[in-house]
Amino acid sequence: MSNVGVQTTEISPATIESQKLYQSLGLSDDEYQLIKNEVLGRLPNYTEVGLFSGMWSEHCSYKNSKPVLKKFFSKGKRVVKGPGEGAGIIDIGNGQGVVFKAESHNHPSAVEPFQGATTGVGGILRDIFSMGARPIASLDSLRFGTPRTAADRYLISQVVAGIAAYGNCIGVPTVGGDIAFDDAYSQNPLVNVMCVGLMDLDKIQVGAAAGVGNSIIYVGAKTGRDGINGASFASAQFDSEHESQRSAVQVGDPFTEKLVMEACLEISTNHADALIGMQDMGAAGLVSSSAEMGSKAGGNGMILDLDLVPQREADMTPFEMMLSESQERMLLCVKNGYEEEVLAVFAEYGVEAVNIGHVTDNDHYQLIHHGEIVADVPVDALASQAPVYHRESKIPARIEQASATQFVPDISSATEVLQQMLAQLTIASKESLYETYDSQVQTNTLVKPGSDAAVIRVRHHDKALAMTTDVNGRYLYLNPRVGGQMAVAEAARNIVASGALPLGITDCLNFGNPEKPEQFYELDQAVQGMSEACEMFETAVISGNVSLHNEFNDVPIYPTPMVGMVGLIQGLKHITTQDFKQAGDFVYVIGQTYNDFNGSEIQKMQTGKVSGQLFDFDLDNELKMQNLVTQAIQNDLLNSAHDVSEGGLIVAIAEATFKNQLGVNLTSELTVRQFFAETQSRFVVSVSPENKVAFEQLVGDDATRLGQVTDDDHLHVTAQDGAFDLAVSQALNIWKGALPCSLK
Amino acid sequence: MTVVKVFVNYKESILNPEAQAIQQALGRLGYDNITQLKVGKSFELTFADGMTREAIEKEVNEISDRMLANYNMENYTYEISESEDLS
Amino acid sequence: MNFAILAFPASNCELDAYYAITDVFGEEAALVSYDSESLIDFDAVIVPGGFSYGDYLRSGAIARFAPIIPALREFADSGKPVIGICNGFQILTEAGLLPGTLQKNTVAQFVCRDQKLIVTNNQTPFSDLYDDQEVITLPIAHGDGNYYCDDKTLKSLKENNQIVFKYQNNPNGSLSDIAGITNQQGNVLGMMPHPERAVEKILGSDDGVKIFTAMINFVKEREVAFNE
Repeated sequence: MSNVGVQTTEISPATIESQKLYQSLGLSDDEYQLIKNEVLGRLPNYTEVGLFSGMWSEHCSYKNSKPVLKKFFSKGKRVVKGPGEGAGIIDIGNGQGVVFKAESHNHPSAVEPFQGATTGVGGILRDIFSMGARPIASLDSLRFGTPRTAADRYLISQVVAGIAAYGNCIGVPTVGGDIAFDDAYSQNPLVNVMCVGLMDLDKIQVGAAAGVGNSIIYVGAKTGRDGINGASFASAQFDSEHESQRSAVQVGDPFTEKLVMEACLEISTNHADALIGMQDMGAAGLVSSSAEMGSKAGGNGMILDLDLVPQREADMTPFEMMLSESQERMLLCVKNGYEEEVLAVFAEYGVEAVNIGHVTDNDHYQLIHHGEIVADVPVDALASQAPVYHRESKIPARIEQASATQFVPDISSATEVLQQMLAQLTIASKESLYETYDSQVQTNTLVKPGSDAAVIRVRHHDKALAMTTDVNGRYLYLNPRVGGQMAVAEAARNIVASGALPLGITDCLNFGNPEKPEQFYELDQAVQGMSEACEMFETAVISGNVSLHNEFNDVPIYPTPMVGMVGLIQGLKHITTQDFKQAGDFVYVIGQTYNDFNGSEIQKMQTGKVSGQLFDFDLDNELKMQNLVTQAIQNDLLNSAHDVSEGGLIVAIAEATFKNQLGVNLTSELTVRQFFAETQSRFVVSVSPENKVAFEQLVGDDATRLGQVTDDDHLHVTAQDGAFDLAVSQALNIWKGALPCSLK
Repeated sequence: MTVVKVFVNYKESILNPEAQAIQQALGRLGYDNITQLKVGKSFELTFADGMTREAIEKEVNEISDRMLANYNMENYTYEISESEDLS
Repeated sequence: MNFAILAFPASNCELDAYYAITDVFGEEAALVSYDSESLIDFDAVIVPGGFSYGDYLRSGAIARFAPIIPALREFADSGKPVIGICNGFQILTEAGLLPGTLQKNTVAQFVCRDQKLIVTNNQTPFSDLYDDQEVITLPIAHGDGNYYCDDKTLKSLKENNQIVFKYQNNPNGSLSDIAGITNQQGNVLGMMPHPERAVEKILGSDDGVKIFTAMINFVKEREVAFNE
């Protein structure tokens, strides 16, 4: 382990400069010179270098991604708060708002999967309740390599166990998400957690510290040396030789978080007058939360007395206290004179809370330790004046030189290929993992994990929220822009299929190293594509997170911008699930099917890789198909609706038979191959006989009738050049058994 | 036969929320003379006869490093004792 | 009638129980903090699920020392109904209000799913609206639900007919498939499954309704008997 951060005798400013020690903290030569010459006009001391290294890390400053993020569509008439706060807020009527955000915890989870996952859940929960919203659900988007070794299986089981341990304990249902496997993630798993909260709009909290003399109150767990400089750590790439970096482990304590959460919600609900702002101490801990609070308040300064900070370990330095990433801590700005009232609430909940400083009338960010000022820097320089880099972009050769020819699947027996497909881990049931999550606590979960989108009711109102996470990195690998559009479109399809109107998205942008032009190209193009789709669906980007440097030994992951989308269901009777409901219902596919195989599950399954140009995608057509489904649901015409995604139409049909173990007898003009095509903009729906006429009138040529649901436990689908013929129970066994078997 | 007891504990710098909660609960019950409480795991490994002490120690270290402890956050110690087979 | 719903630090099903009682059954309910010392105003007590004190040490092991526990014991001794659900069951066993203990599931992980149960005693104040041997479905959501007691205790549980619910396809390794038991007097029930999560069809099952209705009937009949 490097000895940075455990110094007791401080390194001199001159030594930091001459030996370029700032580099080990993630600051470049240019950045150091900027701090020295422009910001301070003197040599920064060790603590100050630490403050800048944390605040100017990608994680806190978005210095590499800011120019790209500006492209995001973030408007919308329902948007109450867009990006910039702990989480965004969207108006859902009745004076209520839905709050959501996602965050990645990829690097910590690679180092210590259980704790990496717990602290990921804990952090995103704090972002939600710091807005004054009660967390009502969380979702997880996970990417792993194909499990082959005991170490792979350990990683997967520990990440899942960590999510379960934290979410179950704190009593927020884990209702969904998505899990996919590809060796692109084998050395760099993705652990993205999304949390959704509900609030009364008159109780909005923001993370600002306005008003001279107001107090800065530290709340929650004591500060230890855990995760020192984790924000810089999260932004540094892994390679085999950097094992020594792998020591920044933080431990999650859901018990403490539960108490902190209840106390903070009590304050934002019943003591709103006392509260100016509230913020999670997340990445770069105390410095990040306090500097952002001061900067957001319009450049108010603040002074903090570090001797008052609750410390878990002896002899902590200012550097360590400011950059520690100990979990379950919040920072509040409380109106002068109301401190006792707020401290009393925390005492009642058994949560430690200490007044550690106050807002000042200048723009200085000052720290006192053992009676001396140990840091004095302009607050805006820390929080909002990090350099912004416009990185060079270059189209990767694999995209530029990709073959336009679509892959042709090799199919001798349709049924056998279907059986193989159902056992692919990305397609197979994830039940064995998500049944370790409490998906029902709070008793509002109307559609549980395993459907297209989870549905949570808004208690005492005839409405509900649908939520999902989606992205297929393989599509982005072939074409980041179109793949980015598809990620948003698939999320919207899932939301629409559940009977909801898409409201907005959050994201985790998981990419490689932005300093490499070909990897920056992926980020830039993906955001472009996502933004185009968001504009089309009127789903504003209200929050998000960027995780760059996801590479191992110079090989990046697939570009994987996880999209988390929330939709509103007006009227609980419109909730729709993917399962066929009764024999005799007619089955239709909405949308056209083409020979679209590049980037598909079947290409990966049969060739071991994805290649070629990604197939076409038309956003206008996508919206049209989604609107048809919405219209059909609003007219009460659908008994089920299921998005067609990985594995194609035949997989979507099979999945719809599983829950109620109903069969189907279908006939189609499509070829057997086309049943595995991954053409976008399609749904499988079922319609009861009495609604057949009305439905066909509504959809016209945009839907094709395939046949009927049967009660004979048989999946029978006749294609133009062959047939799928399989017992539903057998298909179900393959689909359910594949993942548990590979994790044994 | 040789019995090895391996004790795995969190490193000093790592928060142990369980130990903290138990210590606080003891405090509420009036046991306030306790200044520190640690909660760890213990493992008892019984080795087959015929191994040298050196070979056993090598294997215990390997097992602890690879599996019983996570070096990122935990330390381990072990005790080796010879005992009569009582069964 | 008035239900007390106990709230320990990091209980997390207390509001679920509260809404079940008030919204679905239209009865009164109040959350009672772990540091209260009286239950004098209440007719029935729910010890809800969750992770009191983070489940640190053992599930329920720290909560049993809370100030409310003596009052709970007194309440139970008076013959009024007490139901402990999930972590509530664990607290009741740690506090000695019910025999036995709940260990880690044999699968060594948390399990959340719909679970079929058999009503093995329909003569209690909690189960008398079910048929004998009726099969019902309630959600389970626990990591430490594996009931264990010694042979002597198991024998007496059987002799006194204290086993109220048994699992079909035991999900956690519980001795004798035990999902819920009462005390000897029959007025304290502990069960791992969550009846409060199964009181509305829209949530997937309303098989839990009869448990709360039975408790409400029991209290009202007891009042009538008391007043006569």
